[in-house]
Amino acid sequence: MRIGVVTFPGSLDDHDARRAVRIAGGEPVSLWHGDDSLRDVDAVVLPGGFSYGDYLRAGAIARFAPVMSALIPAAKGGLPVLGICNGFQILCESHLLPGAMIQNDHRTFICRDQRLTVENATTAWTSDFGQGDEITIVLKNQDGQYVADQNTLDELESEGRVAFRYVVEDGGRNPNGSYRDIAGITNERGNVVGLMPHPEHAIEEGYGPSLDGLKFFTSVLTSVVSA
Amino acid sequence: MGNVVVDVMLKSEILDPQGQAVAFALPRLGFNQFTDVRQGKRFVLTVEGEVSDEVLAAAREAAETMLSNPVIENVVSVRAGLDETGPQA
Repeated sequence: MRIGVVTFPGSLDDHDARRAVRIAGGEPVSLWHGDDSLRDVDAVVLPGGFSYGDYLRAGAIARFAPVMSALIPAAKGGLPVLGICNGFQILCESHLLPGAMIQNDHRTFICRDQRLTVENATTAWTSDFGQGDEITIVLKNQDGQYVADQNTLDELESEGRVAFRYVVEDGGRNPNGSYRDIAGITNERGNVVGLMPHPEHAIEEGYGPSLDGLKFFTSVLTSVVSA
Repeated sequence: MGNVVVDVMLKSEILDPQGQAVAFALPRLGFNQFTDVRQGKRFVLTVEGEVSDEVLAAAREAAETMLSNPVIENVVSVRAGLDETGPQA
């Protein structure tokens, strides 16, 4: 099972994403932003970081990289794609996922262990979770505030396309001002998933807050086999 | 050499954290009359020769496809002209 991980100029977590693929039992394949080939991979991860320095808008320039001209039609055709953090921003800029990411409402970088609820356990990247599972993975970003217009938000909710929500204590607030506490979403088909927190940093004993991240990568291995 | 000036602003319903930071700081300098601040982006696109209708049309397309994200931003103007901060013709 070949899982591609794209490296853009400024990607930071591509190595960790490839490591996560390997530990989950897949074969990681390095993809380069300047290539227009996906090298026959079975799924793709767009990793975290600051592609092209996050200039213009986070993910805005990466969206027009040559590799994206191959990835966008493949994703529309059903190829499983996971966008993590900067990768989520790129998926929004590509309009593979609705909405957009803007700066955290409190304007500061955030780095912490974050509890999430799995709201949709039927996507290509979440099928090894149970519906409503609570997981803890790492959140670290500057532009993590998910925004969309009310109609889009209502549509996401009614179609079950909110994949993850931040767990917010009573009277508390979510870590970045995201509308409706949304941490991650999926497309209609469930093959494209984007989220702000980082599953690839929570896959191994002794590193990160849990092993909850591993299930993202085992899920896609299962979904590719059954597809 | 000519310039096209493109101005982009966040949509009014989108929170502008940078603008808010400025708004909170202004009163410390005694500027108490401004109730809100919105911060935008200006792009100055330079071409060889005149700014023709074709150049303006291309600039509009660039503004809609890359310079702005229609989900959160509006292109408020695309016009030929000098910009005091950009390269001078």
